[in-house]
Amino acid sequence: MTTTPKDILSKEYKWGFSTDVEADVAPKGLNEEIVRFISHKKQEPEWMLEWRLKAYRHWLTLKNEEPTWANVSYYHIDYQDVVYYAAPRKPGDGPKSLEEINPEVMEAFNKLGIPLGEQKRLAGIAVDAVFDSVSVATTYKETLEKQGIIFCSFSEALQKHPDLVKKYMGSVVPYTDNFFASLNAAVFSDGSFAYIPKGVRCPMELMTYFRINQADTGQFERTLIVAEEGSYVSYLEGCTAPTRKKHQLHAAVVELVALDGAEIKYSTLQNWYPGDVDGNGGVYNFVTKRGKAMKNSKISWTQVETGSAITWKYPSVILQGDNSIGEFYSVALVNNRQQADTGTKMIHMGKNTRSTIISKGISAGRGNQTYRGLVRVMPGAENARNYTQCDSLLIGEKCGAHTVPYIEVRNPTAQVEHEASTSKISDDQLFYVMQRGIAAEDAKFMIINGFCREIFKELPLEFAVEATQLLKVSLEGAVG
Amino acid sequence: MSNTIPILEVRDLHATVAGKEILKGISLTVRAGEVHAIMGPNGSGKSTFTHIVAGNPAFTVTSGQVLYKGKDLLTMSVDVRAKEGVFLGFQYPVEVPGVRTAQFLRTALNAIRTYRGQPEIEFKAFTQFLKEKSALVEMNQAMINRSVNEGFSGGEKKRNEILQMAILEPALTLLDEPDSGLDIDSLKIVANGVTQLRKPDNAIVLVTHYQRLLNYITPDFVHVLIDGRIVKSGRRELALELEAKGYEGFKKLTAAPA
Ligand SMILES: Nc1ncnc2c1ncn2[C@@H]1O[C@H](COP(=O)(O)OP(=O)(O)OP(=O)(O)O)[C@@H](O)[C@H]1O
Ligand SMILES: [Mg+2]
Repeated sequence: MTTTPKDILSKEYKWGFSTDVEADVAPKGLNEEIVRFISHKKQEPEWMLEWRLKAYRHWLTLKNEEPTWANVSYYHIDYQDVVYYAAPRKPGDGPKSLEEINPEVMEAFNKLGIPLGEQKRLAGIAVDAVFDSVSVATTYKETLEKQGIIFCSFSEALQKHPDLVKKYMGSVVPYTDNFFASLNAAVFSDGSFAYIPKGVRCPMELMTYFRINQADTGQFERTLIVAEEGSYVSYLEGCTAPTRKKHQLHAAVVELVALDGAEIKYSTLQNWYPGDVDGNGGVYNFVTKRGKAMKNSKISWTQVETGSAITWKYPSVILQGDNSIGEFYSVALVNNRQQADTGTKMIHMGKNTRSTIISKGISAGRGNQTYRGLVRVMPGAENARNYTQCDSLLIGEKCGAHTVPYIEVRNPTAQVEHEASTSKISDDQLFYVMQRGIAAEDAKFMIINGFCREIFKELPLEFAVEATQLLKVSLEGAVG
Repeated sequence: MSNTIPILEVRDLHATVAGKEILKGISLTVRAGEVHAIMGPNGSGKSTFTHIVAGNPAFTVTSGQVLYKGKDLLTMSVDVRAKEGVFLGFQYPVEVPGVRTAQFLRTALNAIRTYRGQPEIEFKAFTQFLKEKSALVEMNQAMINRSVNEGFSGGEKKRNEILQMAILEPALTLLDEPDSGLDIDSLKIVANGVTQLRKPDNAIVLVTHYQRLLNYITPDFVHVLIDGRIVKSGRRELALELEAKGYEGFKKLTAAPA
């Protein structure tokens, strides 16, 4: 790399770049200048800028291909009315540690029982917090470094480990993948990067906290996790956003690479602002998450989704290597006017590959959700197996739940099973639980929690407690 | 007759479900320390009666009174009745998937204790308490760690009801056919459990079809319920008479107003 940031800067000017380069916030709108501005702000290597520009130009060709097949409806998003980059006020003295974060924000986290507090960090979770677009704090870095584990913000990884990033970025989700993935590739701001060396078992949970702070700001994180042969990592991701009257756009990309014999467990607690009772405000959450599983490796996605006005998300596994395993455990809750179209894709390519999908959907208020899942067995995938179970729980009369499974089997040895159910909290159950002295609302939460147990038990213990809390907060008033 | 306030006093209770009258004037007084057995043919309204006392909203009380320790039970919500000390052992215990029995019972006990102004029971103390009580009905740890009644056999479900009674220590227990579907050993376990829980300050209303259970749990009174009315009440011997003669002889009594 011979290009220095200065060169990029001058190039930008040559291109007619007129934005104040010292600004903390990019002007609204999207064009090549903005892409350059972001790349420049982050002092990225030239190849990164090139990649972004290719993605941007590709995205332009997709202009009329914003996905419309999902069972969600929303007003047209004006992509020129979004701010694509916002750094903390003064980049130099932006928060360096969690202690410096606005106490209001910390309070909001605490309310949700989110483990950003010191005592929880002591409990052994390494945390990386991404506020708006910049990663502000990564704890436990040194402990991890001793074992050769890299856990840092994506920007830092680009500076310190450019070869690793270059090798794996886009290898699972190419910038051409879909409308939102292309957009992300062009303008992604920050995110987390984790690398677990060969044979290393990561000794603690790695965690990233994402939060959209600034009004009108889109958040486009990119996360890349690479688990070398025989390694193991459990990664947690939490998301919140403050109450805003206007919709906010979130289009993230997550790529997981599990090399031979590696295992990645990826857990998400998503609580983006869902909008108010009438559907004003709330985050539009369009996310592409995918993992590539090599020989004898395993990738598990576990997610508890209670937030966002609209969720469009299908964490997937490409079972490329023989004997690889893919799992998807999900609880998705929609209340008020929330809409979710979510599910997974399991692409079986290797022999003896196995996948398990357990999806629990809870609909309340006027919420509407669709499970959309694809199980594809390629011709070479001898003895592939899939088990899918989709359960929906309806609370009230005005909500909806739909299940759309796509099954494509191109190998006769495959075994694919699909089970689905839709239920309500039965009067008998409620009477039974209340007869033991438990008040109506608590009884309903208990039954709802029971419905989610198969998923919650997949979460690390602390996260499971938070998930329960989150569910309760999200359902307040809906089960009265 | 004692002059203390009865635990349960039912006066001329009428109730309907889906517009159909099921209970047609039931009166019953149950005092502390007593066990009352209610017997009657299928569909006569035995379960309905127990569910109404416990507050199941599926049934509508059209007239009459139900007093518990002198308080009007009919105005209380289901959980408040339970917190006051009313327990129903279900004929068909309900499954609560994903909710572990131990967790379920601790939540219930703590809700009741909080209502009574007592401190919540600590996890450790509860675990010990639960262990002792489960020994009473010979329920093992593995079952307690499973979801409430999920995949339990009929007999296991019935034993789980008695375990819950033992944990929650109610003042009034309604047991709806605790013996149905039990093998001979389970029957003894259940009966023995109930007998041990029988105290001078609590009362039990026992619904059963078989006098066999009453060999183990000796009732103070036996009532015959036919077509929504108690057509005859008596002592222990009434159950033996029923067993010998069946309900035929009693059915003609239904025509007479209660
Ligand atoms: N939800 C309901 N809807 C309609 N009818 C009902 C309902 N619940 C009970 N019944 C009717 O009320 C009557 C009394 O039922 P109940 O269950 O109280 O009888 P039981 O005496 O307990 O009978 P068994 O000995 O078979 O348990 C029956 O005819 C039954 O069909
Ligand atoms: Mg009955």
